[in-house]
Amino acid sequence: MEKFTGPVAQAGQCLLFLFRMLAGIRFSGVQVLTVLQQTYLIGARSLVIIMICGFFVGMVLSLQSINALEQFGASDQVSLLVGKSLFRELGPVLTALLFAGRAGTSITAEIGLMRATNQIEAMELMAIDPIQRIALPRFLAGVISVPLLTALFNALAILGSIVFSIGVMDLDSGIFWSKLQTGIYFEKDFLGGIYKSIVFGGTISLIAVYFGYSAKPTGSGVGTATTNTVVLSSVLVLIFDFIMTSFLT
Amino acid sequence: MNDLPTSRLDSIPPVIRIRDLVFRRGRKTILDGINMEIPRGSIVAFMGPSGAGKTTILRLISGQLRPDEGTVEVNGQLISSMSDRELHHFRRNFGVLLQDGALFTDLTVFENIATPVREHTDLPEPLIRRLVMSKLSAVGLGGIEERMPHELSGGMARRVAFARAVVLDPDIMLYDEPMTGLDPIAVSTIRTLMRETNDALGLTSLVVTHNVFQMSKLVDYCYIIASAKIAGEGPPQALGSSTDPGVDQFMNGKVEGPIPFHYQSPGAPWGLLD
Repeated sequence: MEKFTGPVAQAGQCLLFLFRMLAGIRFSGVQVLTVLQQTYLIGARSLVIIMICGFFVGMVLSLQSINALEQFGASDQVSLLVGKSLFRELGPVLTALLFAGRAGTSITAEIGLMRATNQIEAMELMAIDPIQRIALPRFLAGVISVPLLTALFNALAILGSIVFSIGVMDLDSGIFWSKLQTGIYFEKDFLGGIYKSIVFGGTISLIAVYFGYSAKPTGSGVGTATTNTVVLSSVLVLIFDFIMTSFLT
Repeated sequence: MNDLPTSRLDSIPPVIRIRDLVFRRGRKTILDGINMEIPRGSIVAFMGPSGAGKTTILRLISGQLRPDEGTVEVNGQLISSMSDRELHHFRRNFGVLLQDGALFTDLTVFENIATPVREHTDLPEPLIRRLVMSKLSAVGLGGIEERMPHELSGGMARRVAFARAVVLDPDIMLYDEPMTGLDPIAVSTIRTLMRETNDALGLTSLVVTHNVFQMSKLVDYCYIIASAKIAGEGPPQALGSSTDPGVDQFMNGKVEGPIPFHYQSPGAPWGLLD
């Protein structure tokens, strides 16, 4: 029974943690500055991995799509297939998974180490709320960063698709762009992906800060917390992806 | 300072009053019926063997832990029955120096000391700078404000943490083993800072320490905690010449005596006493 009630209780604790964080939003100058700093540390420093992965995802997606479409003489539809796949699914999901692995673990480890070195205790004793000071800026930075990174991932993936489809496979560039422009809808495809990425960003950031804050103050405790962050974030991203796709389509 | 006669301490109103304090962790009783009064302006030490509950008392006074029975009163207010919100505000009266300093590793020395000032005041930046630099100079570390904590030695980090703890001129200072791991010069420096700051600012200081020698040079009064009770109390000189077996065992570092060495009774793990 405890195997069931344990995770349920922890989910409840996590939600309470979210409410405590949101209750600490002040829109003060210090808070805005801290959120911007964290957005740089969490988001901007993830740019390289997102851009590289986006580019190669675009290339491999084009490769696979052309191979499949050629059987039906429809290889000129590659930009439509790549665009639909990217904007609706692959862009938000892959960006989220990369973010969980790179930034999520970093957040958990950082906060976990703060707890292990008594920095969080020191803050509490200075009458500084560590949830408002440490957890909230990182959570908000994640919610801001993931949609922006998703848009950049999509852009680089389209670029990769261009390089392979037009540059390597010699498809007509006019057909490529016209299919992409007429087949991709702003609200259904592009915005749908952005809505998903906002939810994914919030989920990953919440899990990362919660596990870091509640990590046992030992080496193995912090290690376990970072592993749990990436595993649980990844699973929840895929579950929420299905749920949101059901509502958006 | 540590020649303060007991009668003078008795005449000073207590800033901290602990009554019939009981604290348990699981089935083990850590503190059992502790009573003490800490006079304003004094430096009081809590000493005793490891695991005796010295740091636990500090945590009960700062409100990090709640007692199972009894009361903890600070400046006339019952800490033990405050809500989390009330406690959060009340902690502005405390300055705390933790054992390892607990500096914020992602901030410079300047920003570490400025953090409580920015958080609790609306002072303009030039004033914050002046305040931080004055505290840094007071601990003898002017000029290192742009360094990161990992670039500091243990003694320097402890002094920066000290400056951070006193930057808002608190009423009460809590020190958790402030001299552990420091060289003799750093120990003397910290000890001098503690005494001079306490007297200059009119603070009340509580110190958890193992260092009997340093304690005797610093504090006005001492409590020895052992076996969940107060095994002895008094000014350092009185404790040093006490004939009480428990006090004598601790003050002179003797293995044999009423303060037990074993955490459990020998043989208990093997069920030999069942």
